[in-house]
This record gives sequence, C-alpha cells and structure tokens, in this order.
Amino acid sequence: MNENIIELVNLTKKYGSFTAVDQLDLTIRKGEVFGLLGPNGAGKSTTILMLLGLTEPTSGSVRVCGIDPVTNPIEVKKKVGYLPEDVGFYYNLSGWENLMFTARLNRMSGKEASMKVELLLEKVGLTEAAGKKTGKYSRGMLQRLGLAEVLIKNPEVIILDEPTLGIDPAGVVEFLQLIARLSRQEGITVLLSSHDLHQVQKICDRVGIFVGGKLLAQGDLKTLSQVLFEGNPFVIEAGIGFDSSGLQLADNKAQEEWVKRILASVVGVQAVSKNGNLFRIHCTRDATGEIAKAIVESGAQLYYLNRKEYGLDEIYYRYFEGGKKNERKE
Amino acid sequence: MRFITGILKEEKRMKEKNNNLIGRIQQYISKTKGPGFYRADDRVYHPFNVIVQKEISDHVRSWRFIILLVIISLTCLGSMYTAMSSIKETIKPNDPEGSFVFLKLFTSSDGILPSFVVFLGFLGPLLGISLGFDAVNSEQSKGTLSRIISQPIHRDYILNAKFMASLIVVSVMFFALGFLVMGFGLISIGIPPTPGEFLRIIIFIFISIIYVAFWLNLSIVFSVKFRQPATAALSGIAIWLFFAIFYEMIVDLIMKGLVPPTGLVTEAQMINFENFRLNLLRISPSQLFSDATTTLLMPNVRSLGPLSLVQVIGTIPGPLSLTQSLMLVWPQVTGLIAATIICFVISYVSFMRKEIRSR
Repeated sequence: MNENIIELVNLTKKYGSFTAVDQLDLTIRKGEVFGLLGPNGAGKSTTILMLLGLTEPTSGSVRVCGIDPVTNPIEVKKKVGYLPEDVGFYYNLSGWENLMFTARLNRMSGKEASMKVELLLEKVGLTEAAGKKTGKYSRGMLQRLGLAEVLIKNPEVIILDEPTLGIDPAGVVEFLQLIARLSRQEGITVLLSSHDLHQVQKICDRVGIFVGGKLLAQGDLKTLSQVLFEGNPFVIEAGIGFDSSGLQLADNKAQEEWVKRILASVVGVQAVSKNGNLFRIHCTRDATGEIAKAIVESGAQLYYLNRKEYGLDEIYYRYFEGGKKNERKE
Repeated sequence: MRFITGILKEEKRMKEKNNNLIGRIQQYISKTKGPGFYRADDRVYHPFNVIVQKEISDHVRSWRFIILLVIISLTCLGSMYTAMSSIKETIKPNDPEGSFVFLKLFTSSDGILPSFVVFLGFLGPLLGISLGFDAVNSEQSKGTLSRIISQPIHRDYILNAKFMASLIVVSVMFFALGFLVMGFGLISIGIPPTPGEFLRIIIFIFISIIYVAFWLNLSIVFSVKFRQPATAALSGIAIWLFFAIFYEMIVDLIMKGLVPPTGLVTEAQMINFENFRLNLLRISPSQLFSDATTTLLMPNVRSLGPLSLVQVIGTIPGPLSLTQSLMLVWPQVTGLIAATIICFVISYVSFMRKEIRSR
C-alpha cells in the first residue's frame, strides 16, 4: 500500500511570465483517493495535463506508475484514465457506440470490447440508456458515462477533473459514492480535483490544498487542521439568548464584548466572534464544559452548543481568501 | 440444506443475469449499423483505422455530405446533358481531336452551362472546405478532443485519420462520379473510350482529388487555428472566393500597370509579359488545376504559355501523347501536391504543439 504511484518533484509550469504551477512536490500512494482542492485557476487542471503528458512541464519531473509522461505518454495513457472537466461525447452516437469507440482505441477485440462496455454500463447504471444518443443524456448521465469510459482500459489510476461540476446534489452524492466504491473494490488510485470542499471531504483519504500554483498543505483532514490551525485548533459554537437576562446589547459588537467578558475566566479562550446567530469561540484546548457553565451562570440562555470539527470550510475560507487575490480567468 | 439451495439459487440468478447480458449485447449488435469496429468479433483494429472508420461513417451520415453529394451529382448530370447535346457540333471533320470524342464528355459545353471540368474546379474547393472546416475545433467544443487524446494513441493519429477519412470519402465519390459519367457516355454516344482516353480520365480524377485535398488541408489548418467552426469555414470560403473571383482581376490590374501600350513592345517582350502574367496566375491553385485538367483532357493543347510565331510555324496540328501531356502538366501537379503538403505541415505542427484543455 505504500507504493508511490504518482510522484511530482519540483514541478513548474509557466505560461510566459505567468506561473501556473510553482515548484510542486506531491506523492500519491497506490490505492488512495486524493483530492486536489483549490479555487478556479489554481493550476489544478494544468497539473493534471502534465501528469498525462498532454502538456510539457517547464521544469521538474513527473512520474506516473514509474513512467515519465513527457517522454513516454502512450504508456502512461495506457494506465491512467482521465475524465476531463465538462466531458463531451459524440452526440450523434449512442452511449454504447461512444464507449465502443474508446474501447477500440485501446486495441480491444470486438468481443472483449462489447463485454467490457456492457459491464461498465451496468456498473454506472446506464444500461437502459445505452442505445440512446448521448445528445439526449442529462449532465449526470454524461458524467457517469464518462466514468465508464475512463474504466474501459482497466486503469491503475483515474484522474477526475472537477467531476461533480454541474450535477445536482443528489447526483453528486451518488456519483462520489460510485467513485469511492470503485476505488475500494478494484484498488484503483483516484486523483480528483475540485473546488467544492464538501465533496472532496466526503470521499478523499487525503487532500491537498492548492492555491496560486502552490500546494499549501496536504494530508488527511485531521493533520490538515493541525497544520493550518496551529494557534487555536478548537472552535465552539454557541447560541446565546439575551431576552431574559435583562441585558441591553444593541449590536453584535456589544454582544461579542459581553461574551468575551463572561468567558474571561475560562482558560484557553482566544477570541470570540459572532457569525450569523451563533458565537464562535476559538480556544487552544477543549473547554466546552467550562464555557457552557460560564454562560449559564451569567444569566443568559444557552440554547445551542457545538464543538466544531475542523471541516474544510474553515480551511477553505482561511486559505482561499488569499488565493482570490491572484485569481485568474481559466 | 437451506444454505445449499441458497447457493444454487444464487448461481441460477447469476446465470440468468449472464444470459440477459449476452442477449442484450446481441440486441445492440444487431441494432447497430455502422463501422466495423462496432462488431463483436475477434479482430483487433489499429486505433488509426478505428478513427478513420468512425470519421468516414460520420461524414457519410452527415447532412452536409448528403447536400454536397446532391449538388455535385446535379452538376454532373447537368454538364453531361449539355455535353451530350453539343457533342455533335464539337466534332468537326479533320479535327486533330477527332479521335478523342470520349474526352469531350468532360470538356465540351453548349455555352450556357459550363463543362464538367469547369464545374469541378469551382465546386471542388467547396467540397474540400466543407469536409474539413470543423475537423478539430468541433471536437474541441464538443469536449471530445481531450477525451480522445487521453487514450493511448499518438496525437497525430487524430489529424491524420481525419484527413485520411475525408480523402477516402472524396476519392470514392469522384471515382464513382467519373465512372458514372463514363458509363452514361458509353451508353448514349456508343463509342467506347480508347485505353489512352481511359487513362487520361483516371489521371484527371486523381488530379481532382489532389485539388480537393489541398482545400481540405487548408480548411483543416483553419480548424486547428480558429476555435469557432464558423470562422474557420468563412476563412476557407474567403480564400476560395479570392482565388476564384478577385485574383484574376488583381493580376490583370497589375499587368495593365506594367505592360506598355501595344506597338511599343516587341513580340519577345510581349511573350515575356504574358508568361509573367501566367506565372502570377499560377499562384492560385484553381489555375493550376484548370491548367492540368485542360491539358489532360484536351490532347491538342501543346503549351500552357504563349508561343511565338517562330515556334508555331511548321508544326503539324496533332494530339500529344499521354506521356507528353503529363510532362506538360507535371509542374502543375507537383505544385498542387506541394501546396497540399505545406498546408498539412502547418496544421500538423500547430496541432502537435497545441495544449488541449477541455472546452
């Protein structure tokens, strides 16, 4: 399981004076689901193109399954399935015909190809629609057909570029579960890029945060939050009602000040901010119990208390706000 | 016991499922008409052949091709009709071309409708442009290009296969039309073509295919360069119209400025000017095509440039042999092939270096 299947060392890609990917180091192990998370224009697609040998890196080295895609793209493409962003099919051909075409491009015999295509259509749930022209497919169906197409060549790695773009929420869940299942069942390494943190969070073993061509952090969610939130890793959300306390707190500012004063005695509380109806209390340790006690004793009503797990939400906002400054049109 | 029956049931279910599967596969195969690679046989096709097969089937089924086929067939019929009706007048006694009646089918006209050759020279570019203008950019805008190049094939297969497929379609069409014209001619005038005439017609068809291939490649260049198929098509048509209509006018304009009024120049100078004018015209591929085809189909054409009186004196009017005619048009044919290759190289280089992102 510890075999590295993708190795990027010092990878850089420049377009003129613009640096799309900046000295990227990344290793992905066999069998894991890796999520490349970043805002639009962060260089995710460029990195993927370099992995496939579809564009040459300016400097640095790429190894996919131990092969260099710059000198030997065909061998890499035999082992790597790639689902491009916003995948398209020949709309005048049926789903079955489209997949047969791909299978034949992979030098399969007719028998092998038709069996494989049939199985994959079954797997992605498109058997009923196999004879329909892809021009009549919905976005989600196209995406599933794309996944089937990627699997035709029995890939060791599949690379999905923004696979959930344009699918409705229910479809997204279904699609991601399909990917996760395939990865577990067949031991396929999955690299998926996305700008949607929630989706990546759901199925990825590890996540890399990619902003402005640089990988800011990588690891599973736990290590990520440790790395990214070194100062105050705990956030407690509290809903506090002031009606019965007789306090006259006109605005959020005053309320924040008040909560801060109450919690002054609690060790480890760093900052308080109001976010919608809830107060966010940042602490250096897990002080949930003491906070609850302090609030209740102050006379205000505590109607909601939640110790927040660090989700990608926080990571996203914290790091992508910096990314927005150098956002570019893709 | 229950366990065993459970296993048996499971097995039965699996079998049924498999049967269903095979049944469904057969159903698809019987339903699917089209290229050979859809068949569930044991053959393994080379990916290049697969793309060619698919492209040919796309072309043949497209409305665009059907419309073009209808236009060109109508042209063919029309020009054949005029050729038939005027063939009596065109054959004069003691005509050196008297022995080449069959070729008249392709070249003679009644003055109202142009001849087959002229029609082809005019419509060939349209055919070439319309088969190639969306070769690459439509794949890009459909989002299929990035999918195809991530398959284990060389990138140039896509371009080469597209060119190959269009060329095959055009070749089949031209040979079919050429043979049809010959067949109808045979029936209606009753004189079979001599082997020489037959060879000349075959070579004429070959040159026509090269001519269309040039326009095809030119439009493929535009399809690589421009993202919008409409822009690519318009650029192709613009160049075609430029050469078909304006180029001759421009050359005449230039010559008017250069050539002094008659009476002031010697015959030799006049010939030089005329040769210069012809060479300017020969930059246009349509001029090369018409030079080549008229020489091949009218064996009494002995020179493509002006001849001085001294050169003409003492010649006995007579047809050139096939090899002599070929010698005469060889520069034109090589010129056409060269232009085709140049266009191909441009599209090849720019396609190979293009970074292909999804749409």
